[in-house]
Amino acid sequence: MASIAVARRESTFWDTVWGWVTTVDHKRIGALYGITAFIFFMIGGVEATLMRMQLARPEQTLVSPDVFNQLFSMHGTTMIFLAIMPLGAAFFNIIIPLQVGARDVAFPRLNAFSYWTFLAGGLLLNSSWFLGGGLNAGWFAYSPLTGLTYNPGHGVDFWAVSLLVLGTASMAAAFNFIVTIVNMRAPGMSLTRMPVFTWMTLIVSILIVTAFPVITVALIELVFDRAFGFNFFNVFAGGDPLLWQHLFWVFGHPEVYILILPAMGIVSEVLPVFSRKPLFGYPFIIFSGIAIGVMGWMVWAHHMFTVGMGPVANTVFTLTTITIAVPTGVKIFNWVATVWGGQLTLKTPMLFSLGFIAMFIIGGLSGLMHAVSPSDAQQSDTYFIVAHIHYVLFGGAIFAIFSGIYYWFPKATGRLMNETSGKIHFWLTMIGFNLTFFPMHFVGLNGMPRRIATYSAGMGWDFWNMVETVGAFVIIAGILLFLHNFFRSLRKGEVAGNDPWDGRTLEWAIPSPPPEYNFERIPVVHSRDPFWEQKHPHPLGVPAGASQQRPGNRAQQPAVAHAAETHEVIHIPSPSYWPLITALGNAIAGYSLVYRFIPGLFIGGALTMFGLYSWYMEPTVKHENKKH
Amino acid sequence: MRPHWLLALIAAIVLPGIFVAWMIWGGYEPNLPQSTFQADGPVGKLQKDLFWIIFWSATVIFVVIEGIFVYAIFRFPRRPNQPIPPQTHGHQTLEIGWTIAPAIVLAVVAVPTVSALWQIYNVPEEKAGLAIEVRAHQWWWEFKYPNQGVVTANEVHMPVGTRVHFTLHSDDVIHSFWIPKLGGKLDVIPNHSNVIWLQGDEPGEYYGQCAEFCGEAHAFMRFRAVVDTQADFDKWVAAQKAPASAAATGAATTGEALFMGKGACTACHTVAGTNAKGVIGPNLTHVGSRTTIAAGIMPNDHENLVKWLSDPGGIKPGNKMATVIGKSIKLTPDEVGALATYVQGLK
Repeated sequence: MASIAVARRESTFWDTVWGWVTTVDHKRIGALYGITAFIFFMIGGVEATLMRMQLARPEQTLVSPDVFNQLFSMHGTTMIFLAIMPLGAAFFNIIIPLQVGARDVAFPRLNAFSYWTFLAGGLLLNSSWFLGGGLNAGWFAYSPLTGLTYNPGHGVDFWAVSLLVLGTASMAAAFNFIVTIVNMRAPGMSLTRMPVFTWMTLIVSILIVTAFPVITVALIELVFDRAFGFNFFNVFAGGDPLLWQHLFWVFGHPEVYILILPAMGIVSEVLPVFSRKPLFGYPFIIFSGIAIGVMGWMVWAHHMFTVGMGPVANTVFTLTTITIAVPTGVKIFNWVATVWGGQLTLKTPMLFSLGFIAMFIIGGLSGLMHAVSPSDAQQSDTYFIVAHIHYVLFGGAIFAIFSGIYYWFPKATGRLMNETSGKIHFWLTMIGFNLTFFPMHFVGLNGMPRRIATYSAGMGWDFWNMVETVGAFVIIAGILLFLHNFFRSLRKGEVAGNDPWDGRTLEWAIPSPPPEYNFERIPVVHSRDPFWEQKHPHPLGVPAGASQQRPGNRAQQPAVAHAAETHEVIHIPSPSYWPLITALGNAIAGYSLVYRFIPGLFIGGALTMFGLYSWYMEPTVKHENKKH
Repeated sequence: MRPHWLLALIAAIVLPGIFVAWMIWGGYEPNLPQSTFQADGPVGKLQKDLFWIIFWSATVIFVVIEGIFVYAIFRFPRRPNQPIPPQTHGHQTLEIGWTIAPAIVLAVVAVPTVSALWQIYNVPEEKAGLAIEVRAHQWWWEFKYPNQGVVTANEVHMPVGTRVHFTLHSDDVIHSFWIPKLGGKLDVIPNHSNVIWLQGDEPGEYYGQCAEFCGEAHAFMRFRAVVDTQADFDKWVAAQKAPASAAATGAATTGEALFMGKGACTACHTVAGTNAKGVIGPNLTHVGSRTTIAAGIMPNDHENLVKWLSDPGGIKPGNKMATVIGKSIKLTPDEVGALATYVQGLK
């Protein structure tokens, strides 16, 4: 992404830094999101590695139980909120405006605000390591373990407040993408011609703006309990711990789909390109995505099958949960049908997408096994569940994210990543991943609970735990190779050209890296795979998704036409530091809330208000630098 | 080399086959102490049988879909100078088919699921069999037999072939009560009194473990369930109801004095028939008769008792005993030895 910086022709180092700090360009913000999230991904990976080393043999004392508890609590929180979600946001940022044929997102400065707020939340959470210790109550933070009685330190406060801050960032970003996708599509791009990745982003954004308020309520209750002596979850005053669990999982289950739907979107882009076929069953993939998003709201209590809800609730949530297998299955069948009869090029992005499907099937089926509540009573809170979540979130989301990185890297940077390295990375990841997580099914079914800092020698879990730890190091080897490839390719990678993969969607029609304004002229879209149709004119007339009012002569007409104006003035939003100031106010308020320093809350709040006011008063477009 | 359909077919069988074989070879170990593949009671059996139904359904689905997928990957590589393949956009009948087919499979799976579910979770008001009150603490288990007048800790005895209703209470955080070979777990939640029923059909000693993360020493919150023949159970109840056996040897007498005096053990522990009436820690009236100490984490022998009494915080970090032993109360090795002898004698 350095090449984006170069494109700005900044003179000195500090100019470059200032350029990035004040940027409102969606591509640069996407790069910031990606790099930051990848750093957090590696922090979460280090936490996981320490846990795996501790559990490699029985009765080890590499880390104390207290540290171990912090490691798994922070690992879960980090991977979900600081790695997978913002890696998804990186793709939204870089790709969505390009795919819908727009020059930026709808609210460029709000976009910058999202990023800076995300960064503030991530730093707030991780600073707890140096300020008395991180969260030690699990990423789900079940009350009453999070109450002051059992958890007097600040770890829980850091966690709760950082999630509030991160929630602000996610909500702002989600609103931004909803408006961008709904309002800023190129002429002719009806909803039925919208790329699947864009569709999944829309669904995810709607889930974010509906699910995050729920966790926000829960977190505010928790913070009020801890900071101001309220009794929402105080069992001694009649509070109910199950209130927390319901609120948490009402958010928590849609959150799972917030993590996986972007991955499904990426895979739905990659498979057709490397199979040279359109996505099979496009409307069914879209509708099953919507169905998953809606049904995700009806299944939360399957995280609570063992809390004693009684047979009626357990029956209802068992049935709603297994029903989700239907739209999920539809997606998988359609992906398989996309590959079927195609002409497959097994480049690295394709390998990771194929790996996603292969692994996601395993995760889906183990999910079915514990959707069934009676047998889940034996699996709940064991390593079987750990295996399942990693098959959907690593075998699923992370595989797809790597697929997306290899796929769009040439578009974002103008250079290709090295194929040989990429393939080795894929195989190391595939093998390491299965070595690490497949045996977790075994130890789980053989009775190993999750979240235990150690176990006795006689339990029979030693061998597979050692295998899991070895697997973790194979994954690490893959990640290191990926990093090397990434940074080397930034400078020395083969020049990609506009369209290295024979792409189908609009982003491949423009230069790599895209100019700041993306599209010199806004394209007019006539089909679902507009760029493909342009390169390979349809021999027999109407391409799929083409409007029925324009039959017949479509072959003569390029699918990517351009808007008619010839002397168009391109409006580029000017840089602004107010989003950063506004986010800084949130960070100050956050730290104050952690330490219950009330004046600080007002100072932070005032700074945020001041930032917002100045942001509002600032002219959006300065007329000297937007002419092209 | 042009991969053709035979190679693709072999890959389609071998690759998914590796996972199925690995699952069965690596996973199926019913003899392990907490394996859910061995069910010695009706609840565990219901869950295990249901697991196998779903496991094999899932395995068939896995082999078929993964097989077709792998076949397609190997069967359709891009070859030089190929024209663009037909741009197929979908197939309505197929879509309807693969929407309905899984729905039917799920509907079939749902029948035994719901049936098992009601047998397990529908606890009748009139509870036949034995009632046991479980009180989970950070990080140990208290078992009270209200009708027998017995209170014990970390080792629960149940008569064979009898339906036992466990009422689960917590005074601190959420725990989860789990004896894998007898049946699935149920959470122990403050302000909720969940009831779980289990039954042991084979006499023997079963491992139990807290399955909900409950704080620092969560990993060390285990217990034992002993399924006795009815005669053994009656004998056990009679023994438990008797007051503690008196200190016999010289060392034990010294230990008893330490227990009641300098050690201040009475502040937290009860030994029935003595002045020890503390309720913060486990009831120790018959601790010598239990197979393990410190909530199922060590065999109950002199050496381990000495270890425990010397440094409870080193063995189980964060536990309440560690806040006094070695801090405000300092015992010499001789005193620890005497105390261990006394405690071991509490049969």
